[in-house]
Amino acid sequence: MSTDKPKKPPLSPVRREQNRREFIRSGVLVGGTLIAALAGFVPIAGGGTHRLRPPGALKDVQLGERDFLSACIKCGQCVQVCPVEAIHLADLADGYGLGVPYIDARAQACDFSCDGLQCVLACPTGALTHSLNYPSQTRMGFARVARPDTCLAVQGKGFKGQARGADYRGKLRFDEVDRWNPIPVADHPYDLELCDLCVRQCPIEIRIAQCADGKPPSGDQNQCPPRHAIRLQPVGDGKAMLPVIEDGCVGCGVCEMICPVEETVIVIDLDKTADTLSA
Amino acid sequence: MNYFIESISQMLGRAPAKPLQDELKVEVREIYEEKRKHKLTKEELLALEEAHARTRHRHKWRNRRWATLIIVNLLFVVSYYFDVQLVEGALTASRVVGFHMADLNSALQVMLAYKHVVLNLLIGTVTVFLLWVLVGGRTFCSWVCPYHFVAEFAEKLHVKLADKKWIKPVTFHRGVRTVFYVIFALLAVVTGYTVFETISPTGILSRALIYGPGLALAWVAVLLLFEIFVSKRAWCRYVCPIGLTYGLVGSISPVRVKYNVVNCHHEGDCRKVCEVPHVLDTTIRMRARDVNVPIGADCTRCGLCVDICPTDSLNFEFVGSKKLG
Repeated sequence: MSTDKPKKPPLSPVRREQNRREFIRSGVLVGGTLIAALAGFVPIAGGGTHRLRPPGALKDVQLGERDFLSACIKCGQCVQVCPVEAIHLADLADGYGLGVPYIDARAQACDFSCDGLQCVLACPTGALTHSLNYPSQTRMGFARVARPDTCLAVQGKGFKGQARGADYRGKLRFDEVDRWNPIPVADHPYDLELCDLCVRQCPIEIRIAQCADGKPPSGDQNQCPPRHAIRLQPVGDGKAMLPVIEDGCVGCGVCEMICPVEETVIVIDLDKTADTLSA
Repeated sequence: MNYFIESISQMLGRAPAKPLQDELKVEVREIYEEKRKHKLTKEELLALEEAHARTRHRHKWRNRRWATLIIVNLLFVVSYYFDVQLVEGALTASRVVGFHMADLNSALQVMLAYKHVVLNLLIGTVTVFLLWVLVGGRTFCSWVCPYHFVAEFAEKLHVKLADKKWIKPVTFHRGVRTVFYVIFALLAVVTGYTVFETISPTGILSRALIYGPGLALAWVAVLLLFEIFVSKRAWCRYVCPIGLTYGLVGSISPVRVKYNVVNCHHEGDCRKVCEVPHVLDTTIRMRARDVNVPIGADCTRCGLCVDICPTDSLNFEFVGSKKLG
């Protein structure tokens, strides 16, 4: 552009007033939109977004879930690959957690049906960290026997029938039924002298048993969990037993899901993992 | 002025420069002079427009565009519903027959907030960058973005209400989108959260289509109501950083709309249907510097102006080849 361009004529007072108003309006637009955008912080600060996340979700002692929420690109590829459809995307009430995957373990837990941690492999951003290779390395949370008094095993009782009733939609993979396809829990009734469902269905315990039989999942010795996750311990005399969580627990939530008592005896603590137990 | 600089500064909010008489090329000045001598009467102009309205191609580009937009979004839905793994994910990030794709703005927000870049994300981002350089940048907005689609209907309602004088349309300074862009980038860096994603109607609508509706759709409804009753196409025009990201990409794209001054009657129908009418400033009498003028990067390549022009003065071009379509 040439420098000797004639100067623009001064703006008319009307035009100047229009510009001033437009400037103020635009400022209001910025302010309003930013209030809406920053409102997303409220649920985070209130702790309302604390949820069970899929395997490998970034977690930090100091930052909590912040890195997970920021690294997640909210695409739902993890949702699409899960064979038991355990993963859902959070809604507007989660603020900055909108579109971020979570698991409602009581409704449908992750039972590692896919063996290969498909959600971790599907994640394009590393929000589900790729440093994870096997279910036993997962640190989603840590199980806790929250209501031992109502536990059937503690009362020395057995369990007969569908674990969560006929209407329950949740699925699990039962190796003895179908190695590859999970089936509805309602289609797999039990008849147990002493209820041991939380131990019986624990994906870590199932793998340990398979490895002890010399049949590790996919024939891969690395799939064998190094430590136990849960066991039943005798209490008093008679056949009463108490579930005890061990440091091999990964917090997958299957025990919480399968517990036939309403409300569930066993729950997953989110701010605890096998690694932070000693701390 | 250089097309590139002019196009980007306009996109960032600067008003299009009015060329001085002596900045116009001689040929153009002659064309304008010729038109001044042989002005069409109102009846002739009306007849011309009516004849054009009856042509078979009146909505050619709009129909192609809507078909593309619907097919792309349905591919995500159908692929998940039937579990065929053709297009996995959502518009923010996906895998297309196994190849990573990441929306440029979503990827940028994640990179700024998380401050690490995983290789897969980088691959997806570069792939999508190259794709949209090739097909026109903001082409994403009008040919893919589901919010653009619903906003077009909100715009129709808005125009109707405004015509009946039931509402008083409000405008803002276009530069405010640049301000938003900087603020959202800073917010991502400083807070460590992908703040924009929470209010992005593109992501919300894409996920709602694929994974089912949720409360977040209420936010989209708020935006649409604002656009119907207050300000035409406000989100796309004044706020959305996705548009600006793709706009920058599109500034180096060979696919763009080209204006030819020769047959134009300067009636301004194209500017009325345009989402970003400042890019068509050159179609105003005495504003074209050359006989052929490429339309700037802020153009979404929606083709509404190409469809509505009764004199074929606006057309798609692929730089280095003949006119498209």
